[in-house]
Amino acid sequence: MKITPEQVQKVGELARLQLSVDETAALAEQLSRLVAHFEQLDELDTAAVEPTSHVLPLGCPERPDTTVPSLARELVLSRAPLHEDGYFVVPKIID
Amino acid sequence: MGRGVEDVVDIVELTVTALAERVRGRQLSAVEVTQAYLARIAELEPTLHAFITVDAEGALAAARTIDLRLARGEDVGPLAGVPIALKDIFVTQGLRTTCGSRILADWVPPYEGTPSARLRAAGAVVLGKANMDEFAMGSSNENSAFGVCRNPWDVDRVPGGSSGGSAAAVAGRLCLGALGTDTGGSIRQPAALCGVVGIKPTYGRVSRYGVIAFASSLDQVGPIARTTEDAAALLEVIAGHDPLDATSLPQPVGRYREACRRGVRGLRIGVPAEYFAAGLDPEIETAVRAAIDQLAAQGAEVVDISLPHTKYAIATYYLLCTAEASSNLARYDGVRFGLRAARPRDLRDLYSRTRHDGFGPEVRRRIILGTFALSAGYYDAYYAKGQRVRTLIRQDFSRAFERCDAIVVPTSPITAFKLGERLDDPLQMYLADIYTISCNLAGLPGLSLPCGFSRQGLPIGLQVLGPPLGEEQVFAVAGSYEQAHDWHRRAPEVRR
Repeated sequence: MKITPEQVQKVGELARLQLSVDETAALAEQLSRLVAHFEQLDELDTAAVEPTSHVLPLGCPERPDTTVPSLARELVLSRAPLHEDGYFVVPKIID
Repeated sequence: MGRGVEDVVDIVELTVTALAERVRGRQLSAVEVTQAYLARIAELEPTLHAFITVDAEGALAAARTIDLRLARGEDVGPLAGVPIALKDIFVTQGLRTTCGSRILADWVPPYEGTPSARLRAAGAVVLGKANMDEFAMGSSNENSAFGVCRNPWDVDRVPGGSSGGSAAAVAGRLCLGALGTDTGGSIRQPAALCGVVGIKPTYGRVSRYGVIAFASSLDQVGPIARTTEDAAALLEVIAGHDPLDATSLPQPVGRYREACRRGVRGLRIGVPAEYFAAGLDPEIETAVRAAIDQLAAQGAEVVDISLPHTKYAIATYYLLCTAEASSNLARYDGVRFGLRAARPRDLRDLYSRTRHDGFGPEVRRRIILGTFALSAGYYDAYYAKGQRVRTLIRQDFSRAFERCDAIVVPTSPITAFKLGERLDDPLQMYLADIYTISCNLAGLPGLSLPCGFSRQGLPIGLQVLGPPLGEEQVFAVAGSYEQAHDWHRRAPEVRR
């Protein structure tokens, strides 16, 4: 399958990742080659094969529902690029 | 505690066990050891650039504490004074953790992850944070945002990746052991290219709490060291269940050091034809076949096996790991920690420009590829297809391990290549991962150890794969091979 610069641009928007025009063109070319390689999987009939998402036979391990100390709020906020009054600050999203 | 002339040894040539014994017995102080390694770092780091951050002050403080505790008669643990490098993917409290990325260039974590906490609790001294490909994406360490790392055997060549700094630091005697992570070969391939030992344990064997995620169904933590027994000693400390990682395995940790001396008599070693195909450097094939003959001479039974879906592993791996990465890396949004783009127009602009500025080209490529493989209309054709082929690859190994106890193959089809030589062609770079990625897809333990040198003097890696939780038999095979050779005792002369 040939991947177009427009498709790359759209995927970039989905991934919230700004791409330059040059990079979009280069990625379209590289991704086309990679996807062509991936299409060799089509040689295999997998209709009756279960997918593997995880190799472990783990279920959903449980732990006792007890309160334990967590990181202090100030400590965590101190790593944020912008914070105020105990909150992370982001640009206004509602007018 | 005066030292006799016969005890004066070259500190940096001591093994983990020998060094820890001397520190515990107070024939050697942890401070002396730390200083000896810091001197090596001062001498060679400007050339090799194996570290992103060297923490001399923190290391000396930790060493002083160990000496003090020993003087008080306390037990400081089995790794007393052992100098360690941590790949910069391990979250370290109060010590900058970049993951090789601009997006975390100034991040100082507020907590410590489990693997490094366990090493410290066992008496190890952390010298610093090792160089790596950004977010562990790469096979050459050339994707680090902090500059390339060089191979101690030939400084014009790559150390491999993504744990390239960890492997180069161990090979160059800048540390005695290191931790890496391995998603598709990132411990074993750099170990092979730098002539040291590296093991990726069974998926789930080592806790990933405080290990920055790349592809969560594949990532695993493991040690890099100069001998199999050193690697075994480190793994015994970091392995085991951790309530903070829901994917960590509850089974008891094996006796890995002891297994190194167990021998191979009675073990069946599988040799898959698919791993000796076109593209394999003939010098590597010769060295690996000689190693298999050696194991047979030591009493192993060699059996031919087949792993018929091997040729589909690259496509499967790169579909799944990029999809998982695109999801894991969504957290880098410029809001809670890390880089933030200046003067955003709105929230969406903040996200996309922060991520553009913060991620390097390979990470951006993989996010785009992974997002594509997961997007509506393509999910079934790519991502879900990859998951089904993953099942076929796992089944190959389950069948093979009915007929053998361990599999012996090359680690990498090529020796260390020149810096810059493969950068322009991502597919070429990915194809060189052919011998390491199936192990991650199937969740198996895999170890690489030196098995010779090319005519150009570059190390060659031998890979031993085991069934799930078969670390002991992997160490038995590796240890048996190693005791018949001295490859692991050769040290590179670093050209400055």
